[in-house]
Amino acid sequence: MDTSFSPDELAFRDEVRAFIAENYPEDIKAKMEAGVELNKEETLRWHGILAKKGWVAPGWPEEWGGTDWTPGQKFLFDQACAEAGTPGVLPFGISMVAPVIYTFGSDEQKQQHLPPIYNGDLWWCQGYSEPGSGSDLASLKTKAVRDGDDYIVNGSKTWTTLAQHADWIFCLVKTDTNVKAQEGISFLLIDMKTPGITVRPIITMDGGHEVNEVFLEDVRVPVANRIGEENKGWTYAKFLLTHERTGIAGVARSKKGLARLKEIAKAEYIDGRPLFEDQDFSRKIAELEIDLTALEYTDLRVLSELRKGNHPGPESSILKIKGTEIQQRLTELTLEAVGTYAAPFYRGLDDRWNEFPVGPDYAVGSAPKYFNMRKTSIYGGSNEIQRNIIAKAVLGL
Amino acid sequence: MDFSFTEEQTLLRNTVERFVLDNYEFETRRQMTATEEGRNPANWAQLAELGILAAPFSEDHGGLGYGATETMVVMEELGKGLVVDPYFPSIVLGGGLLRHGGGAIADEVIPQVAMGEDILAFAYAEPKGRFNLADLETTAKADGGDYVINGHKAVVIGAPFATKLLVSTRTSGGVRDADGVTVFVVDAKADGVSIRSYPTVDGLRAGEVYFENVKVPANNIVGELDNGLPLIEQVADEAIAALSAEATGAMKVLTDATVEYSKTRVQFGQAIGKFQVLQHRMADMFMAHEQSTSMTYMVTMKLDEDAKTRGMAASAAKVQIGKAGREVGQSAVQIHGGMGMTDELNVGHYFKRLTMIDAQFGNVDYHLKRYATLSKS
Ligand SMILES: Cc1cc2nc3c(=O)[nH]c(=O)nc-3n(C[C@H](O)[C@H](O)[C@H](O)COP(=O)(O)OP(=O)(O)OC[C@H]3O[C@@H](n4cnc5c(N)ncnc54)[C@H](O)[C@@H]3O)c2cc1C
Repeated sequence: MDTSFSPDELAFRDEVRAFIAENYPEDIKAKMEAGVELNKEETLRWHGILAKKGWVAPGWPEEWGGTDWTPGQKFLFDQACAEAGTPGVLPFGISMVAPVIYTFGSDEQKQQHLPPIYNGDLWWCQGYSEPGSGSDLASLKTKAVRDGDDYIVNGSKTWTTLAQHADWIFCLVKTDTNVKAQEGISFLLIDMKTPGITVRPIITMDGGHEVNEVFLEDVRVPVANRIGEENKGWTYAKFLLTHERTGIAGVARSKKGLARLKEIAKAEYIDGRPLFEDQDFSRKIAELEIDLTALEYTDLRVLSELRKGNHPGPESSILKIKGTEIQQRLTELTLEAVGTYAAPFYRGLDDRWNEFPVGPDYAVGSAPKYFNMRKTSIYGGSNEIQRNIIAKAVLGL
Repeated sequence: MDFSFTEEQTLLRNTVERFVLDNYEFETRRQMTATEEGRNPANWAQLAELGILAAPFSEDHGGLGYGATETMVVMEELGKGLVVDPYFPSIVLGGGLLRHGGGAIADEVIPQVAMGEDILAFAYAEPKGRFNLADLETTAKADGGDYVINGHKAVVIGAPFATKLLVSTRTSGGVRDADGVTVFVVDAKADGVSIRSYPTVDGLRAGEVYFENVKVPANNIVGELDNGLPLIEQVADEAIAALSAEATGAMKVLTDATVEYSKTRVQFGQAIGKFQVLQHRMADMFMAHEQSTSMTYMVTMKLDEDAKTRGMAASAAKVQIGKAGREVGQSAVQIHGGMGMTDELNVGHYFKRLTMIDAQFGNVDYHLKRYATLSKS
């Protein structure tokens, strides 16, 4: 039993910290600290900074730009980024479609797609969910029919995160409707500029434009854009779901959020004293911190298994459930700490976020953030589905 | 023991229900709240015409002489429609202060309010005051026969619509003293008053209200000089009863909508309402709404009792609706899945309103403390 990292690992962490201190742009930092969503340019700028350093895709094979870091180093890297409050690298390209491409894709596909994903030249989105198929993903209806060297794709995808910026979409489509649902699915890479694709925004209750509907009408996709074999798409999709599960607990980010909550509680007053000194409120913070400590040590136990070369099984559902519950609780307590000034709504927060707010800076976005974070128990396999997984796959019920 | 409503009360409920059906179709509301104005003034005129605005005022003041139960009925129905017209700030808060404060100023202003000609807002919260109604840095200093008001009031709901503001000030004593609080009526257009308006996250309109050497005559004092806190507390408790009713209405809509959705949304070959874990969660939503209804009745019936009984009842109700509102809101979103996250569906809007209700006139923590303190007094 030993929870410490080796001197080498700690030296590595210092190196990461120093790099961030020197290269993290002030304007992006200010926006992140205010809890405001970044725009496309800002997201890509940070991606570019990491890419240039060679740190944007640590998990990839080295020949494509991976770092050969140990699981411990990856963990420490994520931790250092979270501590500094840097934006996360968008997962859709780097940690979702790329592992599928380098594991199951053809050489041409690797050549064509991995470098632009690495450099952030092309933006990817994930086209899995459909209006009728959310938790029950395998029931998806979007159809791809062979026509010579092409597939003709028809159907609609929904909740597609940031599709409004996307150059490419990776989709699960039905290629055989006569077999068990999971056995008739294929995995296609589709250029968003292909005729027949339309994107319609879905505004979420916090006022943000994060998700979209994507309609596909007679969209021609070269068979060459299929990953691996026809009707094997479900296997690749499942691989993707179990890949890169490290980091889903979001411990370091929640720690950062907790520190911010404490700062807010120190700045807010209750009966002339800082809210932070209020017994009731400080107990709530303590409780959250204790929950977070439990998660941190669970996360470290998973990490220690990874370092031994063992892959975490369905137990990693714990990380998703507890991680998101803590993130949600954090935004709930932040909203509570902010008090009165949580109410003002800033329309078009993205471009106008720093128009002088009516209350303190930290109040801006506290309510929208709370509303928005309700998504975390819905997506990525809802928390009900995760509990089903624990019940069935772990407990054998 | 009888919790049924009189025929007149049922009629009133039907009238408000009709008003909501006619004017608050979800899409209509969405467009209305997105406009610069943030409301449709024709709705206000209609509420006046229907007599809804006159309901709680005495007949001498051009009112209908209704009581707390009627306000509860109105607020519950307004809550079901997520109504954004300033009934709560103008009639419950401003109207309440004037009704209980009485005097010449009430005789002068109430008839205008009951007709919808004047719209009121109550400027009580301050940037550092949190929920303490006596935590006032806004001052009113005697100056001959007048008073001069200086200060900054935070997130005043309905301020952009208001023709007259009621403002709590400190006329003597120190910040947070129970004595030395005075309420004034101030014309919203008076020299030295400025309002910075903005929408709130739940679709209402509010404003920061700044008073800079605003001169008001002593006649504009509502209630007694230096003894305004008991008046404010009484109105705040009535406001809590009204908010409880509003929240109960919102919870009802969310619970019904969620149950309905779960019967039609199919995943894994069955309606999601068949999954037991969701059934239990909806059973909890149902109970949360029922318990909130009970507490709303309870507080409504105790509003005329002594300050301690009334205060404990209000705090108890506020704790209940704060907790229930969060539970019902979060569950409704969760069970709707991605749909629950959208601006297009009404669910998120009710969730947001319930969230903001918790922070109005003191949240769960504040009222737990207040209840405990009062019960020992
Ligand atoms: C902000 C956001 C971003 C997203 N981004 C993407 C994206 O980029 N790409 C993409 O493909 N998808 C994306 N999604 C979709 C997401 O994966 C789905 O929302 C999720 O799978 C749930 O599906 P659903 O919304 O259809 O809800 P449903 O599946 O209809 O679920 C409704 C409710 O029923 C519950 N439920 C369902 N089945 C069971 C069961 N067997 N037992 C118990 N309870 C059950 C669910 O937990 C939920 O509470 C995103 C969603 C959101 C909210």
